[in-house]
Amino acid sequence: MIADSALRRQRLTEAVLPVAIAAAIALVTGDLLILAIGQAPATVYRLLLEGTWGNGYGTGQVLYKATTLIFTGLAVSVPLVAGMFNIGAESQLAAGGFAAGTVGMLLPPATPAPVAVAICLLAAAAGGALVGAVPGVLIARAGANEVITTIMLNVIVLSALNWAVAAHLHVPETLHTPAIAAGTVPRLAELVPSLSGSAANATVLLALLAVACTGWLVVRSRPGFALRAVGSGPDAAAAAGIAVARTRLGAFVLGGALAGLGASNFVLGYKHYYEDGFAGGSGYLGIAVAIAGRGRPLGIVLAALAFATLSQGGLAIHAVVPKQIADVVQAVVILAVAATTPAVARRLRAGVA
Amino acid sequence: MTARSRTDSAALPTSALALSGIRKIFGTVVADDDASLEVAPGEIHALVGENGAGKSTLMRIASGLLAPDAGRVTIAGRDVTGWSVADAIAAGVGMVHQHFLLVPTLTVADNVVLGREPGRGPFYDPAESRRAVQTLVDATALEVSVSQRVGDCSVGEAQRVEILKALYRGARILILDEPTAVLAPPEVERLWAVLRAHRASGGSVVLITHKLDEVMAISDTVTVMRAGRTVARMATAATTPAALARLIVGEERPLATSTHPTPARDAPPAAGLPPALDVRDLVVCDARGRRAVDGVTLSVDAGEIVGIAGVEGNGQRELLEAIGGVRATASGTIALGARRIETATVRARRDAGLAHIPEDRQRHGLVLPFSVAENLVLDGTAHLRAWPFGLGLDRVAIEDRARRGIAALDIRPTDSARPAVTLSGGNQQKVVVARETATAAGDDPPARVLLAAHPTRGVDVGAVETIHARLRETRAAGGAILLVSTELTELLALADRIVVMLRGRIVATFGRAEVTLVALGDAMTGVRS
Repeated sequence: MIADSALRRQRLTEAVLPVAIAAAIALVTGDLLILAIGQAPATVYRLLLEGTWGNGYGTGQVLYKATTLIFTGLAVSVPLVAGMFNIGAESQLAAGGFAAGTVGMLLPPATPAPVAVAICLLAAAAGGALVGAVPGVLIARAGANEVITTIMLNVIVLSALNWAVAAHLHVPETLHTPAIAAGTVPRLAELVPSLSGSAANATVLLALLAVACTGWLVVRSRPGFALRAVGSGPDAAAAAGIAVARTRLGAFVLGGALAGLGASNFVLGYKHYYEDGFAGGSGYLGIAVAIAGRGRPLGIVLAALAFATLSQGGLAIHAVVPKQIADVVQAVVILAVAATTPAVARRLRAGVA
Repeated sequence: MTARSRTDSAALPTSALALSGIRKIFGTVVADDDASLEVAPGEIHALVGENGAGKSTLMRIASGLLAPDAGRVTIAGRDVTGWSVADAIAAGVGMVHQHFLLVPTLTVADNVVLGREPGRGPFYDPAESRRAVQTLVDATALEVSVSQRVGDCSVGEAQRVEILKALYRGARILILDEPTAVLAPPEVERLWAVLRAHRASGGSVVLITHKLDEVMAISDTVTVMRAGRTVARMATAATTPAALARLIVGEERPLATSTHPTPARDAPPAAGLPPALDVRDLVVCDARGRRAVDGVTLSVDAGEIVGIAGVEGNGQRELLEAIGGVRATASGTIALGARRIETATVRARRDAGLAHIPEDRQRHGLVLPFSVAENLVLDGTAHLRAWPFGLGLDRVAIEDRARRGIAALDIRPTDSARPAVTLSGGNQQKVVVARETATAAGDDPPARVLLAAHPTRGVDVGAVETIHARLRETRAAGGAILLVSTELTELLALADRIVVMLRGRIVATFGRAEVTLVALGDAMTGVRS
């Protein structure tokens, strides 16, 4: 039992320590960049915090951005558990938004709001799942490499959606579809007035629910057992009778559905229509969230909040330093986590640290 | 510690390799604690002990893979403690690992010269490397085709490549970890000839082994380790296998008495029923399209163990993998009772009552980061459905099954939450055997047909006993077992019938009463009797 708790502690340290080191490295990098531009780091950081958590609007914007990132982080995490890199969350997110937007605009305005929202959510999940299924099938049937297929699929799907909206579905003079009349997700400002003006909406609760369900699914469920087995020992899983290809397909379908659901944050909670390019890199940032969050539910929420803060904070500091500094810091975090993880694990296992 | 070590090495200044007072701790596990080893030049030195006794760790320290927490390593009197693998190779220490470290996509010759490639400037000279390696092959009788890809080599061939690698680098002290576990008797004799030639030229050999007859046959000196300590060192001529066995297990435990118990079938198979496993005209191709299994017909009845003897690489692995469903068949049929399964998925075969102890336990048998409990239910969770909608896992049932598996096979340590990767090789194998022989566990159908590939390869005496007992229990409960082994004593101890495979075909069948070692050996090597 002593060995058991020691093991648990070691695993936790193994998960947390690289992120802590990465954050420190990112902070130092940020300092150096700010100094190089000729500003005081403390001033910039104060601006960054004031512009995000320092007021209701900033907090709301961070929550809004974090909501999408939680979904895309999960979309990358689930296939990662099965040993696959999903670089396709960007197009899965866009496809989910497109599906929700077009289904929503076709719903009769008289549809009861809860029904309309449920239908749109289903459409979002289905749109993302469909795009996720394509690499899943290619991997299962043809043994294709998932990184290459998902990257290339991003290009195809995003171009196709751009064409569909630009050529057929747009409101004149815009690149978005007509607004959904039949029911949308309420803004959080209706509950917490101080958040007013921000895009934060009730989708954040759906995101937390998704985190809890996914966490349970991976760790406690029978499908999750197969996912983990395929990720940690595909040959042994196959020999024991687990259908490896089907499990991987399932991981991509679920990942795609989660990314697709993330679109409801924008389509149902914020603008109430699908707009070309709304994903805006949130799918790619989901990779960072998944890696920094270490595949753990709490880790993903915290990582999503951190990256959302940097992203929103970038706008706040733009007056003093280029907002690209925030982007650089985000990238440094990812690089540092990737670089320190193996070293930390090695040290801990060797009993040095 | 240092002072004493210095006295030790002063007393034996001629040691080719000396390790003294070695301690190595991994996390909470003490692998070595005051372990020592002295190898003289020109001797074959056997290092014996149970799995987990610390032999492999000691040898990894000797070859520079690990640094000791305490103690001293000397080569010919020179203190080299904490050196690197490169230093060790430069000093002439070559290690042949139990799990091979080869690049499967490269040829045998490429693998042997890797790191010391012949060539001009930046250009590699493959013809020269083939020539150099062929010369070495001819000189050492380590027979292997130099232009073959390592990925297509059998385990025995891969091992020979590892030995060639060490010799190519000019190894004077050869360390071999369980080298005969993968070899058939004629190959073992060839290996002994290689090692004797190495000794004759002034080189030293450290031989890690579980087999006491090998110790007696080949070694000059033997060192015994138990629980991380060196407990004895003596001239081989001055000891007996029984005395060694007692030193290995310690006095307190009863001695294994397993050499040749007569297997007994509790009941003859019922007439008229189809055999439990029926294979007809089976053809299986390997990765290059060669017919690895070339028209095999065999059957196993309920309550019977059929052993497959043969030199490694004669189609045994492909045969078992094809029956197990992890390798496609080219033609022929496989039936479990009345049910044809040659095109069925692994899942469907397992549901029909097939179980499989794969050859490579670390790659095909276990998900190494998974806990013992999780590995014990890897073969299916359909009977572990729980709330909600059957999506959940019945953790109580899993824990219960883990407890029974751990008790039945004496898996140590007994902690079911421990990751399989932290277990010793013997205990890892026990986990696989426990899972594949699980019977009468709630809704589990008893395994009707068990494929067992080298079930006791590289495991210690105690684990061999436990695993053999489990296989006999499975037979007694009506199981049909197809057993592949290169250990003839294992086949003789367990099998009711022995068939011999050579170049993908069955070339001989022996009943339990009529089999002799000579006849088996002749059939395995293709000698007409």
